[in-house]
Amino acid sequence: MLIKSAAASSYDPAEKGRSSAAPLRERGVKVELGRRYRFAASHRLHTPRLSEEENRRVFGKCNNPFGHGHNYVLEIRLSGDIDESTGMIANLSDLDAFVEREVIEAMDCKSLNEDVAAFNDTVPTTENLCVEIYKRLKKFPGARLERVRIQETSNNSFEYAGE
Amino acid sequence: MVLITRKIEFAASHLYHNPRLSPEENRRIFGKCNNPHGHGHNYTLEVTVAGEPDPVTGMVLDLKELKEVLEREVMQRMDHRFLNHQVPELKGQIPTCENVARVIWNLLDPQIKQGRLHRVRLYESADLFADCYRNGANVD
Repeated sequence: MLIKSAAASSYDPAEKGRSSAAPLRERGVKVELGRRYRFAASHRLHTPRLSEEENRRVFGKCNNPFGHGHNYVLEIRLSGDIDESTGMIANLSDLDAFVEREVIEAMDCKSLNEDVAAFNDTVPTTENLCVEIYKRLKKFPGARLERVRIQETSNNSFEYAGE
Repeated sequence: MVLITRKIEFAASHLYHNPRLSPEENRRIFGKCNNPHGHGHNYTLEVTVAGEPDPVTGMVLDLKELKEVLEREVMQRMDHRFLNHQVPELKGQIPTCENVARVIWNLLDPQIKQGRLHRVRLYESADLFADCYRNGANVD
């Protein structure tokens, strides 16, 4: 998969489709790129569909009306052909800029309940956060998003790879 | 099937430069990694082998042998080396994490005599890694 910027460069465009990963793929071996990002955000687990008492019972400490925060670690995995010209599945600066715009700017040092529209009516559990971030990053044009994994604490992590 | 993973660390330098692209394009695409003098990383390599434990030894493979394979194929080739200039298997390729992982896969795959190479994960830093694994394999 060619990055857009390289397609406009001076090397032979006939090589566009060639991938140095092809022989490996023919042998059933897949290459993926993994990248981790960090952001801090607050959330409160609460749903108006349950009574106050039920919310407290279901969500426990996480139902505290003032919310609480986590240092989230987001791990994403991407696949695609290794571009012969750049040696990359995805250009890291393009990827970083995309994730910065779609996730970090939108969520870092924010209240997920209040500041992220998707969580106005949906409980911002980390399961739901995985799905939301997957939807946002699936649009990355440079490679195929395989899965999203979010570590909420060193003991909790959640993973989503699409439907 | 049981998966067993061994981890090693090595330090190496590299730079990203494609002689078929102009200097400006190289700088634009590769950014800081295009610095002609190169730069280095502490790489962490995780090698996972899949197999059934031998009924007599209880082992998927002899870890001492795996250690020797990693020492011979990876450490001696890449540790404290400049990947672009000193690793023949990377000649003509940009030594990105993806390509180095792939080269390591190709070096190790024929050397694993017991069990089957399942995954190679190469960390360039704590936040960047590349995985090579067999399609359809159950990866964590």
